[in-house]
Parts: sequence; C-alpha cells; structure tokens
Amino acid sequence: MLQISPPATSRLLLGDEAVALGAIDAGISAAYSYPGTPATEIMETLMGAAPDGVVAHWTANEKTAYEAALGVSMAGRRALVAMKHVGLNVAADPFMSSALVAIAGGLVVAVADDPGMHSSQNEQDSRFLADFARIVCLEPASSQEAYEMTREAFEVSERFGIPVLLRLVTRIAHSRSPVTTAPPRPTPPLDKADRPQDWILIPGNARRLWHGLVALQPELEAWAASSSHTMLTLSDDDRGLGVITAGIGRNHYLENGADLGYTPSHLHLGAYPVSAKLIRNLADHVEQLLVIEEGYPFVERRLAGVLPTRWDVLGRDSGTLPADGELTPDTVRAALGLPVRTGIDLTGMVLPGRPPQLCKGCPHEESFEALLAALAGIDQSVVMSDIGCYALGALPPYQAIESCVCMGASIGMAKGAADAGLRPSLAVIGDSTFLHSGITPLMDAVAHRTPITVLILDNGTVGMTGQQPTLLPGSSLEPLLAGLGIEPDHLHVIEITRQRVTELTALLRAEMDHPGPSVIVAVRECVEARKDRRQGTAS
Amino acid sequence: MTSDIVIAGVGGQGVLSVAAIIARAARAEGLEVKQTEVHGMAQRGGAVQATLRISPQPIASELVPRHTAAMILGLEPVEALRYLEYLSPDGVLITAAEPVTNVTDYPPLAEVHAVVRRIGGHLVEAFRLAKECGSPRAANVVMVGAASVHLPLAVGSLEAAVTEAFIAKGERVVGINLAAFRAGRAILSPATP
Repeated sequence: MLQISPPATSRLLLGDEAVALGAIDAGISAAYSYPGTPATEIMETLMGAAPDGVVAHWTANEKTAYEAALGVSMAGRRALVAMKHVGLNVAADPFMSSALVAIAGGLVVAVADDPGMHSSQNEQDSRFLADFARIVCLEPASSQEAYEMTREAFEVSERFGIPVLLRLVTRIAHSRSPVTTAPPRPTPPLDKADRPQDWILIPGNARRLWHGLVALQPELEAWAASSSHTMLTLSDDDRGLGVITAGIGRNHYLENGADLGYTPSHLHLGAYPVSAKLIRNLADHVEQLLVIEEGYPFVERRLAGVLPTRWDVLGRDSGTLPADGELTPDTVRAALGLPVRTGIDLTGMVLPGRPPQLCKGCPHEESFEALLAALAGIDQSVVMSDIGCYALGALPPYQAIESCVCMGASIGMAKGAADAGLRPSLAVIGDSTFLHSGITPLMDAVAHRTPITVLILDNGTVGMTGQQPTLLPGSSLEPLLAGLGIEPDHLHVIEITRQRVTELTALLRAEMDHPGPSVIVAVRECVEARKDRRQGTAS
Repeated sequence: MTSDIVIAGVGGQGVLSVAAIIARAARAEGLEVKQTEVHGMAQRGGAVQATLRISPQPIASELVPRHTAAMILGLEPVEALRYLEYLSPDGVLITAAEPVTNVTDYPPLAEVHAVVRRIGGHLVEAFRLAKECGSPRAANVVMVGAASVHLPLAVGSLEAAVTEAFIAKGERVVGINLAAFRAGRAILSPATP
C-alpha cells in the first residue's frame, strides 16, 4: 500500500476553522460575528488564534457586525464578518448597499448555509444574495479551499472595490479535512478612504456608484471564468452528458464518477458570477447538462428558461435531483443513472426518534412549568417564541410555545396578535435573542401600550450554539427595560428556582391582565455554561 | 479503498472525541481523512452522528454513501441501528450494549440486542468496562478499543492518539483511557490460547 505522508504543516480542520485561519493569514484587523450554526466556529477559532491587536468580537447581531466591518474597510484595513445564512437577512441592509460603496480594505462576509436545516429554520441559498447584491461569491468544496478562498477573497475585494461573499454549507463548515497554510501577509496600515462621495449613498452618488457596479459585471464574470476555482474539462469520451458542479456538488459527483465507465465533460464552478462563456463552451460540446449544486437550483435556473432549447437541463428543478434537502452521494448517484446499492435493512423494529431536548437541570424547565400553570384554565391565549434552546419548549413534555420564526419575532408577533384581539398574548425569548432583535419590537409595544407579557429567559449565555457569553450581563436588562419605558410595577426580575415556580406563575397571571406591556425576566445560569465555567476554573 | 465509519450516539456521550481519536491515528499513518460532525441544536440530548472516511487515496465526498460503510460504531444500541442502511454487506456493527432511555418509546432492550446479534453485530458492555477502568466517561474510548480490532490502523497509532487526546488532563486520565482502550480491544480480539 502506497502511503504518502501529508506535509508536516497540514492539519485536520473544520471548514469554519480554515476560514478563520485564512482571514488571520490575510492580515485582517478585525472580525465580527453573532453565533449561529453552522458558522459559530469561525469566530470561536478567531478568538483563540488571532494575534494580539486583531479585534475578534461577538456583536449584538449580524447587522451591527456587518456595519463594524464596513467601518474597518473604510479605514483601509481588512475585516471578516461571519454569520449563518439567516443572519445575512438581518445584515441585508448594510450588505446590499455596501456593494455600492468604494470598498477600501478587503471586506469578506463568510456565510454558512444550512441545506437540510440541521439547525435552522429555513434552507435559503446565499448565492442568490451575492447575485442580488451583484458581487463576487466564492464557494469552497474542502477545508483547504476554504482557507485559500478566504485569503483570495480579500484580494478580490480590494481589486474590484466590492465586498466578497464566501459561501459555506454545513458539510463544509462542519467537516474536517487537511489544510496546509501559507505564510501570513502583514496587516495593512491605516489608510482612510479619501473619497467621501464614494461612501455617502445619497441618490446622486448612489446612482453613479450603482451604474459603476452594474458596468463592472462583465469584468467580474471574466474574473470568475479565469479563476483557478473554475475548471472546464471537455471530454471526447462521450458527447452526450455534460456535468456542471458547484461547491460541494463536485465531491458527491466525483464519489460516483468512477462508476460511470466514461468521463463526461465537466465544468466546476467555485467562483461566481456564473461564467456564461464557459457554460456555452460546455454546452457546445454536449447534448444534455446535469447541474449538481448544493442548495437552490441557482445555476440550473440560469440555464433553463421558460423557452425550449436544444439542451436538456437536469437538476433540482427538473426533478433529476431532489428539489429540497441536502445533496448526498446517493441522490447524486441516482441522478447519474447509476444503480442503487443495496444492503442490510432493519426489519421488524421501529426505532424511536430522539429529538434534541432541554438538558437535565435546564432553568427553562421551571419557566415552562410556570408558564403552563399560568395559562391553565384560560380559554384562549397565545405564546409566541423565538430562536434558541427554549424553542425545544415546543416538544413534549411542555408543548408550551406556539411560534418560532426568526430572531426577535416573538415580541413583534405577540404585539400583532394582541392588536388583532388575541389576549393574553405572551412572548418567550432568551436574553441574547432579546438583545439581538427583541428591543425594537418591545419599543413598538411600549409606544402603543400594547397589552403583551414578555418572559425573558436570562440564562446568561447563547446556549444552543455552545455557550458563548451574552453580549451584556443580565444585570443590564432591568435598567435597559426601564429605560425603554416598561413601568416599574410591571417589570420583574426573578431568580427562577424550583421553589419559585409558584411565584413566577402568579406573576405571569397578574401581568397577563395588565392592559399594557409587561416584562418578567427569569434569571438562572445555563446548566452547560455553569459546567464549562467550573471546569474552566478547575483546570 | 476508502474505509468509512459511522459513529453514532446521544449528545454528550463523546461521539466527536471518538471520531477525533481515530482520525488522529489515521493521519499519523499518513492516510487521507474526511470527518463530518454535528454541532448545534442536535447536540442537546438528541441523536448525534459523526462520519469518518479513511483512505490511502484522496477522498471525494464528505458523506458516506449508503450500504458502503466498513463499520458502524455505536455508543448506544438504538443509535447504532439508526444508521444500519449505511453499513456495507461485509461491514461490521459494533455498539455499546447499554441504552440511553431518554425517550418514552424506547423498545425493550432485549429486542434491540437481539436485532444487533441477528445482523452479526457485536455488543460491548462499554460503560461497565469503563467503570472498571476507573471512569464511566471512558466508555467511548472502550468503543474505540473494540473498533480497533476491525480498523485498518495499527494499535500503536491508536494508543498514541488516545494518549494525545487526554494528555492535557494529566497522567491519571491518560491511564484510565488507555486501560479503557485495551479493555475494549480485548473484548473483540480473537481468544488467544
């Protein structure tokens, strides 16, 4: 057996870790992020590995993260901003308009999509947002590519004066493969952008800058076509099928390719905008095109319009691959027409599901018990909830919440339900989610004296993503809420323990009758964070 | 030839540590490795799975194709069976015998064990053995030892990987885990005269 030793410098890294190292070696001055699976480990790695003087901060939300990074760019230095796919919706406002300004220091936004929704509420494909903003997108298919593309993204960002989106998917972000790093580049000096007219998006400037960005598109497309991450191989083996892969799609294709018995022509896309020229070159050579891409049918839709063409375009839209969910080597195998493998099947036993559940000793248990007790015997009520561990309150044994949509939605939705006449209307939200996106909807409720009761579960941590510290300490919540205008008689902070479930129940009952907004903060440290803290002090 | 391993268990059992130890040993032998992990929501007491692909040649997909895995390594018997469709017809299923019954509809344990035996799988009393070695937390390393008999890796590489994984926690913890590894290995080793 031939054994080639990996280079001594290669390390087995998650895609997320590789992005962090790539950013450090690209000479960033700052990085910003809000925790969110599968992107969390980018910032966690940066916080551990970034050299002195490099800012690596968790932020209130993805929008503030993006805006801080934009400021770094204007100062002429490099910045990384990392988030999960739905985080880019929160940051969409600065993201979209940052495409127009004259990016000075390289600005890279690493976005981790979650096809298959392992830990997310939707399956959106960030390539559409890169296209929406008319910027460059790079899509790695291994940890090594994640490292190299992150470094390259900064160069591309500065070359074209635009932000660059690095699109990861769960199986790249959370897969380990070997990475060899290259010598780091020095951090660029402070060099403030000297043309304010290229940063002030008042209509006169914005029209000019937008015109420039649109005019830049052919150059971006030509760059993507010439990128080392784009590869076209025309084969004379078979002139029928041409395969287009994007990102991780290539890996599932190559996994099966050897079984085809011939080598189809193949175009791999690792850089966007999609090169129309290379697509045409491939199409001229074949009769049928199979697009293997993770996420939505982004490339496929560029190819297959509503009008008939002489090419069959196969992919997710055509039904050749599943229209939703994560690609697998098996679904790609079927799309290639290869025989399905068979093996041992489990017969005669139905396995129980094992959904995630609240940890033993989780403080949310007592809060849910109190909530259920407070609502017992009430005909009609609504409990809106939010993104975090407490969304598990939807499952047995509690089944205590009725919604989970996006960060902060619980409070806005509770207000809307109350406006519609549904009362009592409650919102259950964690401390970090409240700071992320719960303050502004509560301001709405205060301004309009809407009768809602907000239960903030303050466990002092961002639990679901691995116990990152909440941005501000729990002690800051009470003055913050008072400052927002929650009346002192209807603002309560309770240390929630088993003994105080009845007390919390009574508080909830009383506040549900209050004809204005009320907030109860139930405080107790996350059981996992407590464990981490104790182990941390012990070692 | 790629050797694929699906490692299954319940959040908190140490599935990722098992993957990391075997991956470290494979890398030390100069083999290519791809490993997937589950982070985030699923970790909270739910089903957790990691996959490990080991090969002398470059590995294409991150994911293990169905019916091709050389091994399913379970830290919990129902979780091991959950991934049965990934096992190759000539693969091996090895699982801890002890259940984690944090679900209401857990099937009778005898039936679960019977299914494991019927498909030629191996049951290892990992938690009992780990306790005997000094800590029930080493049950996952008992399973690495049991797996070692069927892995394309040298015992020395695996023991070195176990040592490196626990070296930061001190000699005593390393000792417990090496003992756990050997106890697991002994269970599945062919009897020596």
